[in-house]
Amino acid sequence: MATRLFGARVKRNEDPVLLTGRAQFVDDVHLAGMLHVAFKRSDYAHARLVSIDISEARAMPGVVAVYTAADLGDYWQPSPLLVPPPPVEGAVFNQRTAGQLARDKVRYVGEPMVMVVAESRYLAEDAVEKVMVDYDPLPAVVDLEAGVADTSSLVHDDLGHNIAAHVVQRKGDYEAARARADVVISRRMHYDRGTAAPMETRGVVAQWDALARSLTVWDSTQAPIPIRNGLAAMLGLAERQVRVIAPFIGGGFGPKIMMFYPEETLIPWAAMRLGRPVKWIEDRQENFVAMTHERGQVHDCEMALTRDGQILGVRDIFFHDTGAYDPYGLTVPLNTQCTLLGPYVVPHYTTEFKAVFTNKTVVTPYRGAGRQHGVFVMERLLDLAARELGLDPLELRRRNFIPPDQFPYNNKIIFQDFTELTYDSGDYEPVLDKARAMIGWEAWQAGEGARLRAEGKTVGIGLVMYVEGTGIGPYEGARVQVEPTGKVNVATGIGTQGQGHFTSFAQIVGEQLGVPMTNIYVSTGDTAQFSWGAGTFASRGAVVAGTAIHHAAVKVRDKARRLAGEALEVAEEDVELVDGFAQVRGAPTRRVALAELARQANPLRGAVRADAEPGLEATAYYGPEMGATAFGAHALILEVDPETFNLRVHKYVVVHDCGRVINPLILDGQVQGGVAQGIGNAFYEQLVYDETGQLQNASFMDYLLPTALDVPRIDIGHEETLSPLNPNGVKGAGEAGAIPVGPLFCQALEDAFQGGGLEILEIPLSPYRLWELVTSA
Amino acid sequence: MTHSITITVNGQAYTRQVDARLLLSDFIRHELLLTGTHVGCEHGVCGACTVLFDGEPVRSCLMFAVQADGHAITTVEGLSSDPERLHPLQQAFWEAHGLQCGFCTPGFLMTLVPFLEANPTPSEAEVREAISGNLCRCTGYQHIVDAVLLAATRLNGD
Repeated sequence: MATRLFGARVKRNEDPVLLTGRAQFVDDVHLAGMLHVAFKRSDYAHARLVSIDISEARAMPGVVAVYTAADLGDYWQPSPLLVPPPPVEGAVFNQRTAGQLARDKVRYVGEPMVMVVAESRYLAEDAVEKVMVDYDPLPAVVDLEAGVADTSSLVHDDLGHNIAAHVVQRKGDYEAARARADVVISRRMHYDRGTAAPMETRGVVAQWDALARSLTVWDSTQAPIPIRNGLAAMLGLAERQVRVIAPFIGGGFGPKIMMFYPEETLIPWAAMRLGRPVKWIEDRQENFVAMTHERGQVHDCEMALTRDGQILGVRDIFFHDTGAYDPYGLTVPLNTQCTLLGPYVVPHYTTEFKAVFTNKTVVTPYRGAGRQHGVFVMERLLDLAARELGLDPLELRRRNFIPPDQFPYNNKIIFQDFTELTYDSGDYEPVLDKARAMIGWEAWQAGEGARLRAEGKTVGIGLVMYVEGTGIGPYEGARVQVEPTGKVNVATGIGTQGQGHFTSFAQIVGEQLGVPMTNIYVSTGDTAQFSWGAGTFASRGAVVAGTAIHHAAVKVRDKARRLAGEALEVAEEDVELVDGFAQVRGAPTRRVALAELARQANPLRGAVRADAEPGLEATAYYGPEMGATAFGAHALILEVDPETFNLRVHKYVVVHDCGRVINPLILDGQVQGGVAQGIGNAFYEQLVYDETGQLQNASFMDYLLPTALDVPRIDIGHEETLSPLNPNGVKGAGEAGAIPVGPLFCQALEDAFQGGGLEILEIPLSPYRLWELVTSA
Repeated sequence: MTHSITITVNGQAYTRQVDARLLLSDFIRHELLLTGTHVGCEHGVCGACTVLFDGEPVRSCLMFAVQADGHAITTVEGLSSDPERLHPLQQAFWEAHGLQCGFCTPGFLMTLVPFLEANPTPSEAEVREAISGNLCRCTGYQHIVDAVLLAATRLNGD
């Protein structure tokens, strides 16, 4: 093979259209006669709806229709449950999902109540102003612990309490282990809400073609195929009548796979009902309240250890804020339960959570999806234990690593994919050592760190570890096809939100077919191109879809070699594919173009073998029996401004192991972007609710996304421990950057204020909150 | 109340009747169908909608179309629409992986083109300052900074 594509640092196929402003995003869809939607959303977190008067709105200029829940008739349905509860013995799950428009009662600020359809977005918003709602306000459930008290107001009256779920998982006997312990570290930890804030908000455009009786929907979703299937069922159409296109998407990070958002089912319904194309584009203020959130949890946790630092067990009892509804099941708190264990041997583990309904925006996965909460608890407990035991925090971690000869390693608790959480492969000490070396742990502490401290600077260093379960099932599929032009088409069912699939998937195919990158066109996110699949989530695109693509490409490769062997009269084993040709190994002038083979594979006359499949084309599927577990370490040196308590990061190191790397350039970008979100989560981004359930900072003026001045340069080191689960040995990488940043900041800040007795048991922080903690320590 | 306005966009003059309240960003995107200019927040923070107004970067979501009457606008489509001949800054973004989802990218480009004209040899700190008013949620900015420094080197013929 001329050049290896798999593993090469190649630039992306999709970039020219993005860089020249020609990439089509949902809001770029313009159709003749298109109508525009704006929603009247609840102003209250919790209130009975006494009446909604839409008469004035309906009379406004340009208004075509105004719909309330009552107007939806039988189409009004609570959205389906996206992920059922796990098969954990005794698990309680109370399913409460939202209908498209609120009726009787509103349960969070931003819940849609009325849909206005007008000739322009401006006119639709004018009419929304004229919708008159008479509310009877109720006390809002905002605080998790108050929410489970007997006296609490009820988010769902019929339930009689606010417990959305209760799950207990046990491994071993924690109480017995605790009785044997030399040291027990017990703390309460808080992890507050943030939002994914993709730069593109959500959007849906729908067009009903009455002649062809077909519906086309452009949707900013991460999962176009399940959306297609669900819409068809809800609208009484066959799946072949519905085409869902997830075009270029301006960032997803998890919340763009909440099925179904009310808008996703209402816009197509309105388009069919009105016989005109309908568009809805979320504005930023809506996005803050109507796109799902993540991360509110309170943990009562403890760790039992021996005097020499061996972990005997962990017990963690936590509340999880699920918001007003729980359409995504228990994925987030299950990830928390599982990811807490990290790279460590924890022989005895009791983990229990209660998911709590609150009068706040619904919670579904956002990059990390509960994993960072677990990592926060574990890494903080380890730091506190190290301090208590007088041990170096890195040495304490090293002593508890799962040894490399213990893989696959079964943690004996149930993961989000409902299998027992089993790590496929791992080797943690090299990662720790590399991160320690890259940050200069010992040298910095003895040298520059000591010098800066002597100068009165508040500087600290930290290093934390994590694992990330990636690449879970159920499955993905792909079709690879060589055209008679020699161009190669690759189609898969997942969506793309910036991960570089158009490139990394082309690399996988190019590696097998010997075709240059520029001749490989990848289609993702269009149900007309590929009909099967689940979606982009849980760092699974490269692992699951990538492996399906690999298998399809191998089938095409083998077919090409067989056909070429016949044409060139050599054994197929002697045929290799290079630069668009099938050629005889060692005699490269004896060759036939792949394009020619594709032509011959589609004869227009004459006889072919009875079982022959036409075309140089193959389809393949891949469903992993379990996820592939990536892992890594982050390390940090930071300085605190003594007057403002703002931070300056001197150095940030990530050592990451996600198996074999398809494209190091793309991987670096994923890691850097993840860290940036983690930094936001650690020190800048917090959704602040008041006691009535009003979000206080629903704008980019008040909710601070990190800027180029806040995110440092990140030095990345790679290790490659291959996954045994798939032929390329890959693991997912999408979320890892974001996962361990919170506890890393805490550790480094405690180090910076050493001697001050500072303990940081919460995230997110802010300069003000840090000042409060330091001055009260 | 509508107004007749004439705006030159990427060298071509457009005359339209528009409402006084029509945002410049909506005019560019939905009247002229130049959809490379993106709208991320509509309150002037994210910078995705940045265009050049008589050569200066402005947030098109914070202006009305009528305010641009008689003025010249440059959008990302005006840099280069030919993927074979990208503007050096676009080329550098491509090579340095300065974009992921690409939604914020046009705003970064339109902020940086005049910046590099004014400061052809910026330091990394100056680049970070220059883009501190543009939000990117995917990249962590590092590859964007790399791209700008690469473009600066090339534009200076090094």
